[in-house]
Amino acid sequence: MAAEGKEKKKIIPNRVHMAEQPAEDRIKNFREVPLGYTEDEASEEARRCLQCKKPACSTGCPVEIDIPAFISLVAEKKFAEAAKKIKETNSLPAVCGRVCPQEIQCENKCVVGKKGEPVSIGRLERFVADWEREKGKVEPPPKPKPKTKKVAVIGSGPAGLTVASDLVKMGYGVTLFEALHKTGGVLVYGIPEFRLPKDIVQAEVDFVESLGVEIKTNALIGTLHTVPELMENGYEAVFIGIGAGGPMFMNIPGEALNGVYSANEFLTRSNLMKAYLFPAYDTPIKKSKKVAVVGAGNVAMDSVRTAIRLGADEVYLVYRRSEQEMPARIEEIERAKEEGAIFKLLTNPVRIIGNDKGWVTSMECIRMELGEPDDSGRRRPVPVKGSEFIIEVDSIIMALGTNANPLLPQSTPGLTLNKWGYITTDEETCATSIKGVYAGGDIVTGSATVILAMGAGRKAARAIDKYLSGNT
Amino acid sequence: MFKVIERQKLASTITLLKLRSPEIAKKVRPGQFVIIRLHEEGERIPLTVNDFDREGGSITIVFQEVGKTTKLLGRLNVGDAVADLVGPLGRHTEIEKFGKVICIGGGVGTAVIYPVTRALYQAGNEVTGIVGARSKDLLTFVKEMEAVTQRLIVTTDDGSMGRHGLVTDPLKEMLQGGEKIDRVIAIGPAVMMKFVCKTTEPYKVKTIVSLNPIMLDATGMCGVCRVLVDGETKFGCVDGPEFDGHKVDFDLLINRLQQYLAEEKISLAAIEG
Repeated sequence: MAAEGKEKKKIIPNRVHMAEQPAEDRIKNFREVPLGYTEDEASEEARRCLQCKKPACSTGCPVEIDIPAFISLVAEKKFAEAAKKIKETNSLPAVCGRVCPQEIQCENKCVVGKKGEPVSIGRLERFVADWEREKGKVEPPPKPKPKTKKVAVIGSGPAGLTVASDLVKMGYGVTLFEALHKTGGVLVYGIPEFRLPKDIVQAEVDFVESLGVEIKTNALIGTLHTVPELMENGYEAVFIGIGAGGPMFMNIPGEALNGVYSANEFLTRSNLMKAYLFPAYDTPIKKSKKVAVVGAGNVAMDSVRTAIRLGADEVYLVYRRSEQEMPARIEEIERAKEEGAIFKLLTNPVRIIGNDKGWVTSMECIRMELGEPDDSGRRRPVPVKGSEFIIEVDSIIMALGTNANPLLPQSTPGLTLNKWGYITTDEETCATSIKGVYAGGDIVTGSATVILAMGAGRKAARAIDKYLSGNT
Repeated sequence: MFKVIERQKLASTITLLKLRSPEIAKKVRPGQFVIIRLHEEGERIPLTVNDFDREGGSITIVFQEVGKTTKLLGRLNVGDAVADLVGPLGRHTEIEKFGKVICIGGGVGTAVIYPVTRALYQAGNEVTGIVGARSKDLLTFVKEMEAVTQRLIVTTDDGSMGRHGLVTDPLKEMLQGGEKIDRVIAIGPAVMMKFVCKTTEPYKVKTIVSLNPIMLDATGMCGVCRVLVDGETKFGCVDGPEFDGHKVDFDLLINRLQQYLAEEKISLAAIEG
């Protein structure tokens, strides 16, 4: 190794393959699809890294992981040290290794990727986090000198967990408030088990708790306590990371029929409430024969793949644009296809039809064609006159994105929102219009990714530290 | 965990539990509800709060044992606990001096309209109560209602107590008799609330109802509790649970309440076998 290090490293164009459950097996269970690297595979993949002097990959990481450093430790099979290195800046590596869109972030900037496939940074991050957890070698960082000031963090999703762990590591007292009965936010109610096992989320939350964060579940801020009340009761700063929350519907006739669900409802039933295990778990979920999922983001793919696993015969993905414009990760689109999803592209629902008992029986759609680019830069879909047709379905899942949940903002006088109800913040500091109150994640940006929420959490933690140290 | 500190069997299928929760007790107001989850495998069910003790740090719920969760809840004893209790949820009842008010409770809904009635009474309204149930055995909170109304009318479907008939009968007579009524508030089964609204509508008496759609997170996230009010989609959990009854599409609500009947039977069979 040492001798090789001096020479110019040769580019190995292909990634080390990661084993996964074959499609025909995995559609019958909710277990994770990719199976992870072995120690040897991880080390082999890590050796593809060129250890660039000015690593571009790290600049593509919203939480600024020192990527070449941890990869070099993996290459040397110093896995415990690699884990420590990652956790210097990322408290949720097992999550990020699985659900980050690496292809548009770190891996997109990888120099190896210019000649071949980029280094599998995400898979290596996942391997290191899993290795540490499975070996039971999770090592808490050194205890900081405690500070007297306390911070309230509202929402235990990716943004909240990041802020909480960053601040507790600096020595602040941190209380994390979660409205649901389980911590993790979208990581537990939104992302399915087969993409992000819940015991892994729990382990990461346990780690954050072990740092000294006080966690309060079943605490809906906005009604149980308000932000002003928290500030009166000894919290000198507050971070709002409550997610976007509200479900969107199309506002077409028939949406209130039985059998029409928001993706939030469908996935919350399955993921948070474990309805796929009904009746062992009490929350029910309908096992439908023909399901249409409307939308084409990651949430739509998660809904499609959940419906397939619940035993549907046919699952359609209905999208008004073409595959090229789909917002989902390519990996998720491919997996949905492998698992048998039927894509109905350039198709838009216009009406939902039900029977005399009030249940969905079919959906009327219209064909679309792509016109001139719109504000998003994507070609605008335009309906083709007279092209209406009917799809027979017994369930429809609306995966159209989310909107801002007004519960907390309504109870926080002086909090400035934009016209869509999202909280307005300073881009650099995540500061809101109220002194000492910060916000980040989907409640600021609208539906985005886990890692962007974590990036905002990191920025906010720094700004809160500065504010509480009296440096602003 | 939230401990049961008092339990009363009010009727063969109706139970009252007092749960320790100082934080909720401090904040809850009449008309609001809580979510309860019994244990790790449990479902989240909404229950409107019957009463609260701000100093003592407890809230009281009254429920009819109909499904698996309410049956198991009914089996809890003092000292037992529920895993999760979330609240207060929803908007509270608008309490003002309206003038002449009629508070109507149907079945276990009487337990829920009780704190609303008390608040309206304390706000200086002239309150008439109408409470009804299928039979005497299912009537609860009659004495308590008597104490917070100027006049209380009891009805039973089978005539075993009070007037033989439905809660809408005395209501109709009052309206037909030309009594000036400023507001009606009705809480009970969806069908009852629907017919209360039908009764008051021709007389244009503002009628508030507390809807009971299926809920999941109950924080505005999932949309399963959507109801049509004045042609607009509203969420029962955050926009409600109380709405102007003349604008509610009750048939849609009743239909949406049927969604999981088959699954409820499966769950119930598992504990009754």
